[in-house]
Amino acid sequence: MEKRSLISITDLTKEEIVRIAELAADFERNPYQPLLEGRVIASLFFEPSTRTRLSFESAINRLGARVIGFSDTANTSVSKGETFHDTIQVISNYCDMIVMRHSLEGAPRYASEISKVPVVNAGDGANQHPSQTLLDIYSIKKTQGTLDGINIMMVGDLKYGRTVHSLLQALSHFNTKFTFVAPPELEMPEEYKLFLREKGLPYEEKREIDSSIREADIVYMTRVQKERFTDPMEYERMKNIYVLKNSMLEGTKENMRILHPLPRVGEIATDVDANPKAYYFNQTENGVYTRMAIISYLLGVKK
Amino acid sequence: MGQDKIMEVRAIENGTVIDHIPSDALFKIIRIMGLDRDNECRMTFGMNLESKRMGTKAIIKINDRYCRPEEINRIALVAPEAIVNTIRDYQVIEKRSVTVPERIEGFVRCINPKCITNNEPVETAFDVIRGEKGIALRCRYCEKITFGEQMELK
Repeated sequence: MEKRSLISITDLTKEEIVRIAELAADFERNPYQPLLEGRVIASLFFEPSTRTRLSFESAINRLGARVIGFSDTANTSVSKGETFHDTIQVISNYCDMIVMRHSLEGAPRYASEISKVPVVNAGDGANQHPSQTLLDIYSIKKTQGTLDGINIMMVGDLKYGRTVHSLLQALSHFNTKFTFVAPPELEMPEEYKLFLREKGLPYEEKREIDSSIREADIVYMTRVQKERFTDPMEYERMKNIYVLKNSMLEGTKENMRILHPLPRVGEIATDVDANPKAYYFNQTENGVYTRMAIISYLLGVKK
Repeated sequence: MGQDKIMEVRAIENGTVIDHIPSDALFKIIRIMGLDRDNECRMTFGMNLESKRMGTKAIIKINDRYCRPEEINRIALVAPEAIVNTIRDYQVIEKRSVTVPERIEGFVRCINPKCITNNEPVETAFDVIRGEKGIALRCRYCEKITFGEQMELK
């Protein structure tokens, strides 16, 4: 089997991003494809995450492989003080692939240098979460019919939100038009804006969700986290500005869809859920097919 | 730059003279080159010397040692204008400027406290990027960028 890891969305070319979205569509049409019968995949969650772990484990099971691993480090050799290096070196002898989440940034990249088998990053701190990005891409492709020339409005915490940064990098291949809506404390970091300028891609920055929502094809909501603010009063004021309510969707495009990496706290009012433009729960289902696509592509059983 | 200015620090017969170092980068260079841990190498240095071009500068003279380009290029991170003179028999036989390498391994700390390299025994590795504000390092592991003025040695 090939050894190809997926650590960062920038590890993939434009063609590979498109290919993985096509494979995800194929798995959605035909979810029972036991291409990995007899294989073992390790699911190593050094930091707990219910949603991502179950989504990956569901994808692994549907491909016919078996899962070994842990969902937190409490009962493992890590709690005895074993180095990360040794843990990975040993476990890579037991399996055909490692899926891992870690709170330390860069841990999956380091693991991919030690491991004999491919490593898939299921989230490393505030750094990367490429399978989330690819499922966002698949959700955009599926709802818009194309990835080219999408008008996307990103709302909320654009400074610390890793999902928006990776999605921006992935979409930069496809002539995307960006609108960023964030408070000054949480605006899109300069390095990403510079990246877009260098690529000649247009972007606009706004302080609130205004009438430009009517031009959007995708509204990508994120959570404004309390711990990001030093002043609690400021947080109370901000959190209400970035709440999407059903009444704000009037006059928006027919094809417009609302995405959210979840969990949401209050940034999308529950009255939006019944609107056909709300897509965040369908998005989670797309996650399983996307992860099946990622795993089978990396292991070379799908080209 | 007159000959007598260089003579503020005693001339050497054979070895390497690193000139045009910003004064505040002197000790960083000594550390980057491992001269502070070398028990054999004879080294002299001068600091806050007069310089027409730089105001003040520092200079390091290393006896009987010649530096490989990859060894010397690492100092370009803190002293991009440094000049490396190779001395044989009291004569400068080569003058070389330093160029920042594409990759930096070890000796610089990643600015991100949550980076794996600051929490596990992992050697740091960076890609050198040239941005609008000069040289910066992108961590190969956590992908965070350490800008020039934030650079700290390990």
